[in-house]
Amino acid sequence: MAGKLNKQKLAKGTRTCAGCPIPVIVRQILAQTDAPIAASMATGCLEVTTTIYPDNAWGISSVHNAFENAAATISGVETAHKILAKKGKLQSGAEKFKFVAFGGDGGTYDIGFQSLSGAVERRHNFLYVCYDNGAYQNTGNQRSSATPEGVKTETTPLGKETPRKDMMKIMAGHNMPYLAQAAVHNLSDLVAKAKKAFETKGPSFLLVFSPCVPGWGYSPKDTIRISELAFETNFWPLYEIENGKYKITAKPTVIKPVQEFLKTQKRFDHLLKDEQAVKEIQDNVDNGWRELNEMSIE
Amino acid sequence: MKKEKTKNYIIKPMSGGEAAAEALRQIGIEVMASYPITPQSPIIETFSKMVADGRVNAETINVESEHSAMSACVGSAVAGAKTATASNSQGLALMSEIVYVASGLRLPILMAITNRALSAPISIHCDHSDSMMVRDSGWIQIYTENAQEFYEFLILAFKIASRKEISLPIMVMADGFISTHQLEKVAIFDDKAIADFIGEYNAPYDFLNPQKPILVGPFSVQDSHFEFKLSQQKAIERVPAIFKEEAKNFKKITGKDYKFFEEYRLKDANTAIVVMNSTAGTAKEVVDKLRDKGEKVGLLKPHLFRPFPYKEIAEALKKVKKIAVLDRSMSFGANPPLFAEINQSLAGTRIPIQKYVFGLGGRAIFERQIEQVFADLKKGKIDDKIKYIQ
Amino acid sequence: MKKSKFKELKPVLPAGTSERLKTGSWRVLTPSIDNNKCAKCFKCVNFCPENSIKYNENKGQMEIDFEYCKGCGICAQECPAKAITMNKK
Repeated sequence: MAGKLNKQKLAKGTRTCAGCPIPVIVRQILAQTDAPIAASMATGCLEVTTTIYPDNAWGISSVHNAFENAAATISGVETAHKILAKKGKLQSGAEKFKFVAFGGDGGTYDIGFQSLSGAVERRHNFLYVCYDNGAYQNTGNQRSSATPEGVKTETTPLGKETPRKDMMKIMAGHNMPYLAQAAVHNLSDLVAKAKKAFETKGPSFLLVFSPCVPGWGYSPKDTIRISELAFETNFWPLYEIENGKYKITAKPTVIKPVQEFLKTQKRFDHLLKDEQAVKEIQDNVDNGWRELNEMSIE
Repeated sequence: MKKEKTKNYIIKPMSGGEAAAEALRQIGIEVMASYPITPQSPIIETFSKMVADGRVNAETINVESEHSAMSACVGSAVAGAKTATASNSQGLALMSEIVYVASGLRLPILMAITNRALSAPISIHCDHSDSMMVRDSGWIQIYTENAQEFYEFLILAFKIASRKEISLPIMVMADGFISTHQLEKVAIFDDKAIADFIGEYNAPYDFLNPQKPILVGPFSVQDSHFEFKLSQQKAIERVPAIFKEEAKNFKKITGKDYKFFEEYRLKDANTAIVVMNSTAGTAKEVVDKLRDKGEKVGLLKPHLFRPFPYKEIAEALKKVKKIAVLDRSMSFGANPPLFAEINQSLAGTRIPIQKYVFGLGGRAIFERQIEQVFADLKKGKIDDKIKYIQ
Repeated sequence: MKKSKFKELKPVLPAGTSERLKTGSWRVLTPSIDNNKCAKCFKCVNFCPENSIKYNENKGQMEIDFEYCKGCGICAQECPAKAITMNKK
């Protein structure tokens, strides 16, 4: 059971696609603290589906500024909170506020990277959640630096030529107290990480695997299955880095070949015909898994 | 009963940048998110030192770019803190995306702009291309002549902007290096008097409210966007009246009048120059010189540029026979921006107006050149082409 | 002077106003839960993107909020007891 779910923090009536896991991710994470929460969000799927005037799905105080600055915006909110608390100008209960910034992979890996890096380097007290759906999905599936190598998107019709950025390695390079990679299918893992993140003093980062129905090309009912396959093939391992120490938080009981994951989504169709390409992906996945195991304390 | 008039100010030698920091301190700015850019750096450095010395209870955020500076200011203002920053030129250009967001979100953020030319080519010196770039952004814009005005108008500006009926961001300009770095004798008024003038701050939103959460910054489609913009327009149209109100209150402290523009020996002038910022100071010297020779010349120095006080400008200039407008920026392929507004103000009159562009990239302008402008006006050398004072 | 009918807008909204959007109208397939098979594991509750499955304590059964259910089928797919079926209604 994945903890106490407070449906009020994100209301019903979101414009997300049928089968979109973003609301699941958001609700499960926000439920992991009883403290009042203020959030900022980058332009993207989450923002557009929850804030079209006059329909606000947010049940917590939230602000949308622009595409690349969810982290910079929350830096301002968090700092204002700090000084207002110091000056005794906060209303009752407001001293307990926690701060969260939400961004898709576009607003996190690419256009939003600078402001994320700055906010983390300055050690603001906030949690940054990236729902990673592997491309600029809100604008119709154009590639991002989170798009895996070989994937067909609208701007890489022949398949993306470069591998995705290892965002966890990059964020780990900021010497931040807590960051973790999670996925929507494993809610107990996700919420444990969210809880840790909320209890962290300083910045924390959650990178959450978020399958996309129209972008990846699959039937809406398979969202959770696909996330699980990503885990079972080691395409998307679940781990955390706490004070610099790596720890794998869940291991597949049986490791499946990466093909099992690739064949479930249209975005990989053209690669499946190419044995060499599939082998390369398998090798990269295997190397990544080996490296992770070497670094992991468990 | 003898009424003793005690001085409520101290005169200190100060640069415009330092004076600006004093203003921020006295306003009681609570969050300053900023990124250094010449020639604004003295403002943020001085303010940082004030915070470190405990002279002001505030937080500074040393962000990683101007875009994040304005972004963090937006977050801070939404959360209810008195927020300010400073920038110019490339920094203002980089943050310009969020400059428009700030006004769209109705946040009374205060920004000091130390006017500097926009690249390319890169220049660190003064012209008005940067603030002119964002004249359509919905920010209230005020231009100032020197350190004293910079200091005073920053205080007045914050009060106007944070009035509930307005709730718009405001930028106050002073010439980069010329006004920001030169030492002047600046009268700094009493801390308590300024604090009383600023009064209780009305945060635009009750954001950090655990019981009543709100969304700031919805997505608007065709059926609401127009009305959001119209609401911004109505708010900025209320500025002149609120400006006058707060100017009256501010006068009680400083003893000075604050108008949309300064009229210098304009009443019976036959010819007049319209120019903003530090060059107005030089021009006043020329006006005095020529007046001593019996020439009926005058000067109009705009302060309030947005919203633009067309009616009041027209009233002030209607009796002048010939006018020269000196712009310190170009609008390539079109009329220079200040000229365009003055020209609009005087539409319907037949007063000939000569447009000039001067001072780009910090090019100095000398008294003799301004004298030449008056001389050319007198001779009626006015046409519809831009004249360049190089 | 004619009184303006224009009401000024501020870019702010109270919480939860999206509830007026009854996304149930999107549905093509409709889930139905066989409460005899249901093991009350709450997987469907937690995985439903629309937060539209609730456990009714009084009735002792899982209930779907059809006003919002988009018919994605995740609940049916994830139910370990195969207690949920998707049908064309």
